[in-house]
Amino acid sequence: MAKELIKGNTAVAEAGLRAGLEAYFGYPITPQTELLEHLSARMPELGRPFVQAESELGAINMVYGAACTGKRVMTSSSSPGVSLMMEGLSYIAGTEVPMVLVDVVRGGPGLGNIAPAQGDYNQIVHGGGHGDYRLIVLAPASVQEAIDLTALAFDLAEKYRAIVAILMDGSIGQMMEPAELPPMQPLKKDVPEWAVRGDRHGEKHLLTSINLDPPAQEVMNLRLMKRWQQVEKNEVRFKSYFLDDAEYVVVGFGTAGRVSLSAVRAARDKGIKVGLLRPITVAPFPNEILDNLTEEVKAFLVVEMNSGQMLEDVRLVVRGRKPVEFFGRMGGVVPFPDEVLTEIVRLVEEPRTTEGHPRDRWLSRLEKTIG
Amino acid sequence: MVMTDVPTRIVYERPEVFDPRVTHYCPGCTHGVAHRLVAEVLEEMGEVDNAIGVASVGCSVFIYNYFNIDFVEAAHGRAPAMATGIKRVLPESTVFTYQGDGDLASIGMGEIVGAASRGEKISVVFINNANYGMTGGQMAPTTLPGQKTTSSPKGRDVERQGYPVQTAELLSTLAGSAYVVRRSMHNPREINRAKKAIRTAFEVQKHGLGFALVELLSTCPTNWGMTPDEARSWVEERMLEYFPLGDYKVSPAVAELKF
Repeated sequence: MAKELIKGNTAVAEAGLRAGLEAYFGYPITPQTELLEHLSARMPELGRPFVQAESELGAINMVYGAACTGKRVMTSSSSPGVSLMMEGLSYIAGTEVPMVLVDVVRGGPGLGNIAPAQGDYNQIVHGGGHGDYRLIVLAPASVQEAIDLTALAFDLAEKYRAIVAILMDGSIGQMMEPAELPPMQPLKKDVPEWAVRGDRHGEKHLLTSINLDPPAQEVMNLRLMKRWQQVEKNEVRFKSYFLDDAEYVVVGFGTAGRVSLSAVRAARDKGIKVGLLRPITVAPFPNEILDNLTEEVKAFLVVEMNSGQMLEDVRLVVRGRKPVEFFGRMGGVVPFPDEVLTEIVRLVEEPRTTEGHPRDRWLSRLEKTIG
Repeated sequence: MVMTDVPTRIVYERPEVFDPRVTHYCPGCTHGVAHRLVAEVLEEMGEVDNAIGVASVGCSVFIYNYFNIDFVEAAHGRAPAMATGIKRVLPESTVFTYQGDGDLASIGMGEIVGAASRGEKISVVFINNANYGMTGGQMAPTTLPGQKTTSSPKGRDVERQGYPVQTAELLSTLAGSAYVVRRSMHNPREINRAKKAIRTAFEVQKHGLGFALVELLSTCPTNWGMTPDEARSWVEERMLEYFPLGDYKVSPAVAELKF
């Protein structure tokens, strides 16, 4: 199929549909709404359920119900809406039914604004809902990657009976760029053994997240965690750029990673041996490559569109063995490549330390710029 | 004396879909009666192998233990949304929620209004016993003015704590509602009428006529601090006044239903 100029939100909607999405439930919120709008037309055309719910609470619980039947289901929202979905996500994780969530992140906290941000990293990667569970989190940096990851998201969700979140900032959702959509896949025919079907299949199926017996609940928790270990072993994905001879490494995901790539290229033009590690799965986090890089390079620069949320995951791996610095813009401000380039140059030229916290140093610099 | 074969006729037996185990409900509570009515209706309609139940949060959280059918368990108040998800992907299935008053008329008001206004083709059995039973008898959206509960110890003061929600009346105003009625379970006559309403609610779904809900006035002797008999009298003497029995919405298509 030929490339076409397509908007990120629309592309993810169409990619989901072509990957065999059988039901979609959502609620309008900027900058995600085109995703819902596209499916409001396309799903009925194909005779597949589409419901605009009364709220994000309604939407996620419709997804919960439909997921219990073993169908491929999806919802999408943006930060404030995703907060409302946290209850449902915890229940869905506790019931071990697969689903795909798209979070088109905007500036926050609170109502914030509708500009691109990455402030939902902690909420999506490190929890949000109550209880012990993990989401598989995919972070695209282009419309094409968002398309490709959408199909992968359904496969991973079913493989691990887990929730897969596509964490994309508002710029990926709103941006139009040339991309190629995959061909239409047939709907999945097999019904998972565990699904509720309400037809004569011989045995009663019960899907619930309740478990009043703590030891039995703990066994369930253990099962989830062992499954997560498998995810960590099998599903780490990242993209590396100029790492072979790199002395300095920038780490960034999504749009921050993409902006950083421009900065890395500009730094290379200046003769700086810098590379980029762009996690595609921010959960599971690419610990191993980062650990290996720690042995080889002089210092790291983490770039995010938040106050340094992934920064902590990087620091956990680097463990003070090498200096880690941070640069971020918050509140829906997207950094320019030049800003990142300035930070790369600073990392190379100024004295480096493994003492203190990189966030404190960044805040004192940022204050002078935006204060 | 010689025993001869006496012809027998079974006039009363447990529906097969209804599990024979002892329920966790308190003596005198009408949840068990309501469960049984649902079981009888499913069996009489031949829907046992086509039904998916959505349990809610409250005393009936374990309803799935008593029915030999597929069940899912919703978060507090969200059963109508979950039922929507199931019904939309399995439209041939018979999908019902079973919810209490705290679940449906307080935390889940958004979900039930959404489902009713969309005309979601599900059946809802709604238990109104004027308090939060499972958590030990707190004030519910249905608690009567002046009624003492553990969170309205001096009686519900409507100036401070607002008025009870009349759910059937409220939902009957929505165009998507095809069948919304209130029944009671305080005596055998009303129980028989309740069963007929539940049957109708499931027939409405089977014929694709829209959203159907049966509100059932129920007893809670333990949290009301009454004997089972006193509790039945209290329903009759106090609850009926604020929650009149009746057919609040019967769409023309439902009125023509024959079964």
